[in-house]
Amino acid sequence: MSEELQSGIVKKFLYINRRAPHGTNYAQEGLEVALIGAAFDQDVAMAYLDDGVFQLKSGQDTKAIGTKNFSATYRALGDYDVKLVYVERESLERRGLSEDDLMPLVYEDEDDDWEEKPLIHVVSAGEMQKIISESDVLLNF
Amino acid sequence: MLHVVNKSPFEKNCLESCVRLSQAGSCILLIEDGVYGALFNGEASEEIQTCLKDRKVCVLGEDLQARGIESDRIMSGVEVIDYAGFVRLAVEHPKVQSWL
Amino acid sequence: MKFAILVNEGPYTHQASDSAFHFTQAALEQGHQVIRVFFYHDGVNNGTRLTTPPQDDRHVTNRWSELAEKHDLDLVVCVAAAQRRGVVDEDEQKRNSKDANNIADGFRISGLGQLIEAGIQADRLVTFGD
Repeated sequence: MSEELQSGIVKKFLYINRRAPHGTNYAQEGLEVALIGAAFDQDVAMAYLDDGVFQLKSGQDTKAIGTKNFSATYRALGDYDVKLVYVERESLERRGLSEDDLMPLVYEDEDDDWEEKPLIHVVSAGEMQKIISESDVLLNF
Repeated sequence: MLHVVNKSPFEKNCLESCVRLSQAGSCILLIEDGVYGALFNGEASEEIQTCLKDRKVCVLGEDLQARGIESDRIMSGVEVIDYAGFVRLAVEHPKVQSWL
Repeated sequence: MKFAILVNEGPYTHQASDSAFHFTQAALEQGHQVIRVFFYHDGVNNGTRLTTPPQDDRHVTNRWSELAEKHDLDLVVCVAAAQRRGVVDEDEQKRNSKDANNIADGFRISGLGQLIEAGIQADRLVTFGD
């Protein structure tokens, strides 16, 4: 680890995902950044809005289009110490989706006897506004 | 916060999302094809008008010029800046959010 | 002030690399520091020295290389994205047994950690993409 990483700076990283998966690979490569970033002991949260909410749709299967099915990787977010995944309610509703359509993502809470807890928090546009404004580093994919 | 929009509002929803998710007191900068959002008689003008009530809206002059958009086509209240001004805005605001 | 720049698109199709270049230049002119320019997604294609644009057009890659030399810029191409798209330096050529490399002057290939590190160190991260 380089000396900067030992400086003890902890910033709030927010990964903002606004694009659908599969049609472009921004979602897949964006997820790779988030997983690498988790190793840096920073505060990491994910935000899904606009077409980005389609990334979390359950039942994705890319076998017939021959691309990598990276949707299973989202389940690893909890193992990488990402404890906050925000999904904007308005974006879901405009696409005729609800929280039940999303993959059930969980993390094990080490402060609570490793109990499995849900990662996904469906939030309003107003709450999402606040989450964005309170983050330090914004990465958009 | 400085919000940067680089897409035409006639093609993509980036400006709309930026308006929905930016707070009062923030600044919205239109660059690249985002500059079409500043056209005074365009469909996005209502959205920009709403923003101007509590947010600053700027547009990058270099990108306007490249596209043949004269300054009299820009909505009043929208400030035309150059790249040096873009840098100054990024310094002024503690964070930069690009609505790609 | 310390800036970090992220470029997510390749040259010539999108304006992103041009905008990033002009922003970087303007920041340097104002006496700011640009601690890293990180190239991700198709942005890695900015780092190949094999492009030959027509003479009356700007040379996107050479322009970055020249700016890097003048200001000692750190131009970093993401290794994972570069491997997918065939942007190769000497080390990568050996490691993956390729018959050539194509990295341009002033660019280096490194991991995504360099982007995160830039985000931690810099006062501002500015992203250019599509």
